Amino acid sequence: MNLLTASSIDIAYADAPIVHGVTLELVPGKTIALAGPNGAGKTTILKALNGGLPVVAGTVELDGKPLGEYSRREIARRIAVIAQENETRFPVTVIEFVLAGRFAHGASLGWETEADHRIARTALGLCDLEDYAERLMNQLSGGERQRVVLARAIATEARILLLDEPTANLDLAHQAMMFRLVRDRCRTCESAAIMITHDLNLASEFADEIVLLDAGRIAANGTPREVLTAANIEQVFGVEVLLDDNPATGNVRVTTLF
Amino acid sequence: MTIDVGQDRSRALRFGGMLVLLLGAALILGAYLGSERLDLFNLDATERVILFDIRLPRVFLGATVGASLAVAGASLQSLLRNPLAEPYLLGVSNGAALGTMLAFVVFSNVEFMRPLLAFGGAVLATVVVYRMARSRAGMNVERLVLSGVIVTTFLSSVIVLLTSLLDATRLRSFTFWLLGDLSQATSSGFYVTLIVVVIGTLVLASQSRALNLMMIGERDAFDFGVEVSRVRLIVFGTSAALVGISVAASGSVGYVGLIVPHMIRLTAGSDNRFVIPFSAIAGAVFVVCADTAARTLIAPRELPVGAITALIGAPLFVYLLRRN
Repeated sequence: MNLLTASSIDIAYADAPIVHGVTLELVPGKTIALAGPNGAGKTTILKALNGGLPVVAGTVELDGKPLGEYSRREIARRIAVIAQENETRFPVTVIEFVLAGRFAHGASLGWETEADHRIARTALGLCDLEDYAERLMNQLSGGERQRVVLARAIATEARILLLDEPTANLDLAHQAMMFRLVRDRCRTCESAAIMITHDLNLASEFADEIVLLDAGRIAANGTPREVLTAANIEQVFGVEVLLDDNPATGNVRVTTLF
Repeated sequence: MTIDVGQDRSRALRFGGMLVLLLGAALILGAYLGSERLDLFNLDATERVILFDIRLPRVFLGATVGASLAVAGASLQSLLRNPLAEPYLLGVSNGAALGTMLAFVVFSNVEFMRPLLAFGGAVLATVVVYRMARSRAGMNVERLVLSGVIVTTFLSSVIVLLTSLLDATRLRSFTFWLLGDLSQATSSGFYVTLIVVVIGTLVLASQSRALNLMMIGERDAFDFGVEVSRVRLIVFGTSAALVGISVAASGSVGYVGLIVPHMIRLTAGSDNRFVIPFSAIAGAVFVVCADTAARTLIAPRELPVGAITALIGAPLFVYLLRRN
């Protein structure tokens, strides 16, 4: 069964239509990359999949049930979001931040359990942050914070990950770490991920499916090899590209021609 | 892997215990000091009257007012993700003051109308400031503070217009009251404030885990399972009630909601499960001490307690603003 299904959804901001007739199906084990020019509606779609924006037409179903029938906490136990982190002005420690990912599991009153703490520590370890627990969030670099955001999402134990440009602040090693973590979770925990990225080569390497958006509509979708064609890319991004195969992995590789 | 979850908590509880002791000391000091020093163990009839009818109601009212304002400040700061949010600076106190004045002018014989209209005024001011500060791009520190300034000055001018309707004797006591004045304390006023502050603190403390997420970001809180609009409604409503009741009892004592939660976060961290209850106790300590100073510094004359809190709070505000 699909974990998450969006069936021909339309989304509008203050009556201005942004997204038209988008359909996405997320099955366990799958990673979908959402790509497209700025303003194509990628983040808008991600917000709607999580109930953060209402759809004006079409439906979003989570585990076979309309999203609207779930409470916020029920949704948060199933969907974890990784967005750009905005700085907080309060002295919050890394472990406090990651424990926020356990909010939907415990009572809204009261305290995190020892199990919550163990899960949070494990998530920190996975993200290369073992020694960061007591550090303050506002003393970390952008890349370190981004990893803490990933750790928090992992700590939710949600089966669906929604990632909005998760690698924007990360160095090469941690970009690879982020993708490996997400992909491993999808393979081993029967999870699935939808990820917005501008990096078509990363999408080609790590995604099972690419959805190419243009002005709020799906311009192409399918496997990376089906979607990343010179015609598609030129039509959507307006640039000429050279396509070949990555000699190491055999996946399609995109080089922009300037 | 062993994790000591209890360690932080027991440290925090020790800190809380210390605050309670401090409150006890402040209450005794407040009862002892004043224009007339009282030998608490050897009172004559007049001193008894001073202690039980005048001083103790005042000291206890000061404690409840301090607790209300500090808890309201701590919660508003987390909700609005802004360490500078404070009932007085946001204009919420002035909204409550205007409500109280209206009750005084229009329903001068109906005592319970004062806290009621104060609450109404506080709610109205909160809603207006929040609406003004919010834009499509979100809410930044400066915008919120500016909206607070605008609402505060507007309400101040309405208050000034209203005071011109009062006769000279009432005018003087009003001016004093506006700056924060505990000298009109009565036992019944204290009990009402006590009930509101206990319930209000419990309600806000019950939201503290959600507020911990709100403090990180509204979007984050939503994504991780917080019913954002419900929490917002609870916090705005409850803090307006806390501010309303304390302003109706003692005028606008400023900056308590800024200073106290800031000190608590410096010593005990940002977890609202500690910050909210600890702010209640520390707020009580702070206002009792400030009022004791207000009564004794230029005795037998008195300063408004709000003048003392502002003297400490305004420089701190500048410091926090610069650090931001």
